[in-house]
Amino acid sequence: MITRDAFDTLADALLAEARGGEVLLLGYYAEDTDFARLNRARLRQAGHVAQRELHVELIDGARHASADIQLQDDAQADLAQARAELASLRELLPQLPEDPYLAYAEEVRPSESVADGELGAREAWLDAIAASTGDLDLVGLLAQGVQAHGFANSLGQRNWHAAASFNFDWSLHAAGGRAVKSRYAGSRWNPEQLTARIAAARRRLDALARPTQTPATGHHRAFLAPAALGELLDLLGWGGFGLKSLRTGQSPLQRLADGRHTLHPAVKLREARAGSPTPGFSAAGYLLPAEVSLVEEGRFGSALAGPRSAREFGVDVNARMEAPEALEMDGGDLAEADVLATLGDGLYLSDLWYCNYSDRNACRITGMSRYACFAVAGGELAGPLAPMRFDASIYDLLGDGLQALTRERERMADASTYERRSTATQHLPGLLVDGFPLTL
Amino acid sequence: MHPGSDEATLDAMESDLHAIPVRFRAVAPACDYWTLRVVATREERLAVRQGVPEPVARSRALGAMVTVEVDGGLGYGATSDLSGSGLRRAAGEAVAWARLAARLPLPGTGQLMRMATSGDYASPVEDPWDAVSAADKLAWLAATAPRLRAGEQIVDWLAALYHRDQQVLLADGAGHETLQRFSWVAPTLRAVASDGMLTESRTVGGANAVRQGGLEQLASLGFPDRADAVGEEALALLAAPPCPSGVTDLLLMPSQMVLQIHESIGHPLELDRILGDERNYAGTSFVTAEMFGSYRYGSELLNVTFDPTLPEQAVSYAWDDAGTPAERAHLIRDGLLERPLGGALSQLRSGLPGTANSRACDWNRPPIDRMANLNVEPGATPFAELVGGIERGVLMDTNRSWSIDDSRNKFQFGCEFGRVIRDGELGEVVRDCNYRGISAGFWRNLAAVGDAETFHVAGVLNCGKGEPNQAVFVGHASPACVFRDVDVFSEA
Repeated sequence: MITRDAFDTLADALLAEARGGEVLLLGYYAEDTDFARLNRARLRQAGHVAQRELHVELIDGARHASADIQLQDDAQADLAQARAELASLRELLPQLPEDPYLAYAEEVRPSESVADGELGAREAWLDAIAASTGDLDLVGLLAQGVQAHGFANSLGQRNWHAAASFNFDWSLHAAGGRAVKSRYAGSRWNPEQLTARIAAARRRLDALARPTQTPATGHHRAFLAPAALGELLDLLGWGGFGLKSLRTGQSPLQRLADGRHTLHPAVKLREARAGSPTPGFSAAGYLLPAEVSLVEEGRFGSALAGPRSAREFGVDVNARMEAPEALEMDGGDLAEADVLATLGDGLYLSDLWYCNYSDRNACRITGMSRYACFAVAGGELAGPLAPMRFDASIYDLLGDGLQALTRERERMADASTYERRSTATQHLPGLLVDGFPLTL
Repeated sequence: MHPGSDEATLDAMESDLHAIPVRFRAVAPACDYWTLRVVATREERLAVRQGVPEPVARSRALGAMVTVEVDGGLGYGATSDLSGSGLRRAAGEAVAWARLAARLPLPGTGQLMRMATSGDYASPVEDPWDAVSAADKLAWLAATAPRLRAGEQIVDWLAALYHRDQQVLLADGAGHETLQRFSWVAPTLRAVASDGMLTESRTVGGANAVRQGGLEQLASLGFPDRADAVGEEALALLAAPPCPSGVTDLLLMPSQMVLQIHESIGHPLELDRILGDERNYAGTSFVTAEMFGSYRYGSELLNVTFDPTLPEQAVSYAWDDAGTPAERAHLIRDGLLERPLGGALSQLRSGLPGTANSRACDWNRPPIDRMANLNVEPGATPFAELVGGIERGVLMDTNRSWSIDDSRNKFQFGCEFGRVIRDGELGEVVRDCNYRGISAGFWRNLAAVGDAETFHVAGVLNCGKGEPNQAVFVGHASPACVFRDVDVFSEA
């Protein structure tokens, strides 16, 4: 059971040990998660993970160092361990040089955010999946449970963010490698919504039962569904908006930030943390702005600045990491229902996959089509697309090539579970482009 | 059942992991079979960037995963609470999930592999990480970092060292126990050159170089001796023309072969992908079960081994995380596909032979089929003859970009550094080097394999796969290799 009391008790005892001019920063993370991995709509691997972590950062003047430890959820043992780490850091600090970029929140700004959810029982999930899939070949992962992030410092600040949520990330598969990707994430479990999503995916899977189309390499009109656009923007977050990356000439958006390039005026991107599942405070105790404009009417807005970069370059802290965690893009005028007709002849790209930079200077990205991508002819689905490679510059796709953005947007919860469950989200429209380059 | 607070510190528990299965046996649930995997990890990251030491970051983790078999269902419970009551709760979660798994089982996955041996393994370490203080290592980095700044156009430069110690204990209800103690080091030397219009970078180490052992391994990974060259090559790239485009010969150095092996041999041969487990995330494979024993994967020069026996390689071990003893095996011999990368359970499910490669990234994730050490065996051609045998081609070194389709067939890779080859001679430096191809044909165009002098042991620190996701170290060793008729380009 995750409780704020456990963190507060530990923090009270440990922070009281700060000596003289020392400042102590504590970060807490706890997660109780059920993981159910499915293949052929049956359980492949399933279990429960309970993890508790404490980040201890000791600051003395301009010297500082940190340690991350796993907690045992036992007050006495955890305090003993945290004290041992603190002693070890205290021993280390005099050996270290002063850090000119040390930055931590010195203004005390407490906060608390607790979102109770209604999570489905394990049996209910499995029953609903079994009943909805029938003979369908469903593969995926259900992750659900409670996550909590905490912060405390010896200056008196306390922050707490806890939420219960589920993220069922899955796909349906049929003969010939045909597959449809779907998702069901939230905080209020509703088996009818799950059943409806599986039924919708089944219909899309049926639509794939036509001869596979292999378009010629070269440029095509294309519609990128929100998930496909999300893959591109996810990569763009990898160094694109970070202040340090920009100030050292390494951002793939360097030319946009320098004003040498612009994007289409319809491109408006922002980090919209308010209301998102991500904590509103950083590991150094900064409360983060509700919104940061990243691209405004096709021009670069603000960089994302973590504490060290902010100190180095003399700007305000506005991010935990220097990558978006709650990325939002404005929609446009194209009704989702009109996408195929407006596309006419071209490619309908439901999902992209394994994107990486082929030329960072030109913000050129290569990647693959995946899942339910279609060739479109005369405004109708002509057949599923063979896996195709593209290599395209963001300056083209979101610049002169941009034809329209959908009015409707999709809110997508990141299903990543490396080390811990991600809380990142994207809220994106679909994108109609001219000149989408297929290369292999 | 709570140990006292002194006995429960990480120091005390790490020093005697055997006490944890003893504690667990007292609370073990009624079930057909159980295993307990305890993982204790210590990490340290030290870096000096642009002349300024980055904050020293240390981490320690200790936790356990209980896995149980109940009536043909498996379940796991993982916890960092290693008291008797914490372990009992984890076992309760595992049993609850096992009972549900027995209701909705994926055929062939309801059996927990039985351990059959006990013993110890330890990384060979000559110069332990902790024998040099953090302050002295930082001073070493601070002295090395300025060498990266070969000129004013170097706008960012970093020297870094990473270390991880890990103990993995695996025990079962029948009294078997294995304990493996690993130590890894991974250096990074990086210089970024920019003229305001163009930015190029050069790296040694980074995400593609990790070895077992202590500080003695750093020299063979290029640290710190390559520091001057890294800065100079970054500047050379800034002044270099783009890589020429066309279908040509390609000489890949080991620092790029690492990724080529990883993406287009390693992942396609993972048996759990072939069995469909990864279709929702990492993907499937163009390789099917029927191909083993008869499929020509590459030219006759291609020999690929699963090799857990090279002491310094990143993933040498005595047992995998399912307790299967690890042995060297050919996956591809003289170009013919022999066996997949599949642990004991996958072998049972598929009826195929496999390897001891059931691995978990940490205590909180279950084992799945992973690469471990996957190597291209050296051939007989000296480096000078590799170059000498190319009339027109490009040498590429150090991966910087990787992308491949979900069946691991259509790939595109980019390299930091290239040199044109004309009439058997190395020519000018070229930047922005990319090449693309299809795995199924690419390896058949392997035309020359470098000798043992060109063979380099490296690894990957960030191989991602699995649901829930797991990032693991992987070892790759390779000679330099020549491929014919490759689509090479700078701009798509």
